[in-house]
Amino acid sequence: MTLGPLGCTPPDQAAPVPSHVDLAKETVITGIVTAGSGEPVEGAYVRLLDASGEFAAEVVTSPAGQFRFFAAPGTWTVRALSRQGNGDTSVTADRGVNEVALTVAS
Amino acid sequence: MSRDTSLVSADWAEKSLGADGIVFVEVDEDTTAYAAGHIPGAVKLDWKLDLQDPVRRDFVNRAQFEELLSARGIGNDDTVVLYGGNNNWFAAYAYWYFSLYGHRDVKLLDGGRKKWELDNRPLSTEAVDRPRTSYTAQDQDSSIRAFRDEVVSAIGAKNLVDVRSPDEYAGRLLAPAHLPQEQAQRAGHIPTALSVPWSKAANEDGTFKSDDELRTLYGEAGLDGSKATIAYCRIGERSSHTWFVLRELLGHGDVKNYDGSWTEYGSLVGVPVALGDEPGEA
Repeated sequence: MTLGPLGCTPPDQAAPVPSHVDLAKETVITGIVTAGSGEPVEGAYVRLLDASGEFAAEVVTSPAGQFRFFAAPGTWTVRALSRQGNGDTSVTADRGVNEVALTVAS
Repeated sequence: MSRDTSLVSADWAEKSLGADGIVFVEVDEDTTAYAAGHIPGAVKLDWKLDLQDPVRRDFVNRAQFEELLSARGIGNDDTVVLYGGNNNWFAAYAYWYFSLYGHRDVKLLDGGRKKWELDNRPLSTEAVDRPRTSYTAQDQDSSIRAFRDEVVSAIGAKNLVDVRSPDEYAGRLLAPAHLPQEQAQRAGHIPTALSVPWSKAANEDGTFKSDDELRTLYGEAGLDGSKATIAYCRIGERSSHTWFVLRELLGHGDVKNYDGSWTEYGSLVGVPVALGDEPGEA
């Protein structure tokens, strides 16, 4: 998938980070949405909220439940909506890859 | 315009599946969503391939739009119900686009694809083939589309509404946070633009907030109802969402969408740019 300057759709959440993306400069927040049973949740809507609770972005999880955001260092909330229920978690992100676990329950 | 004429609920839509004279249209940039399952009977529009000129940065022209709708089997008298992913960003963009070319009866599905999925409503992978029509479009309605010179002149004179996230407005991010941040243009916002992120107009399931909530939102943000308004974002799709709210739901008279948005403005030589969380001076 190309990420041209006019593109806006979230890239495939299961794809590797594109080679032109410099991870030393990006603050990546990534993880897997799981249901109470530990199974990954495909097609969950995951939104990134900033420290004031304001919406920053939203993606849909891959078949393996993966999501990924390109943010900035700081405190964020990651919130998931799905048919299996909702859930959220807070993350303090630094430059580089920040892994978070996110579970949903109804 | 009002909510009754421009917005339909998921319940109404589900009851209207298969009805004569109603065409559901899914609008996405990522068309794999449509292929994986769409509202039964819905045709697909690809935001980039179908609605953008392949060479210049501009829309398809009137003749190309006529050919597109004819090929999709959409008639002049059909009620077009638009929906899509990304909280209806691209569907709202298409709504604005259909309005630009003068389609008479166009509506947005409240909540779009997200609410439809979360509600467990039916999705289909069956191919949809509608008989070809002979669609006639109007000339572009210039009263709802803003270009760069008008935007520069609007600084300090009209309402400018920046609907990107607070961090994009302030210049801390250059793109929404689901995208890599490397971009050519400068960060920041158009001086005097109010920051009212599009997301404040929507609930988390993608539906629009109530008219009362929306009036309060823009009132508290300082939008002057006696002035004309231009909305912008990064590429013009999130601002279509806000254009829809202001003009179609709240009935403001003079509202334009600046589809050049920050990817154009932030690359212009010599124009003023404001940084930080405050609108800045004209």
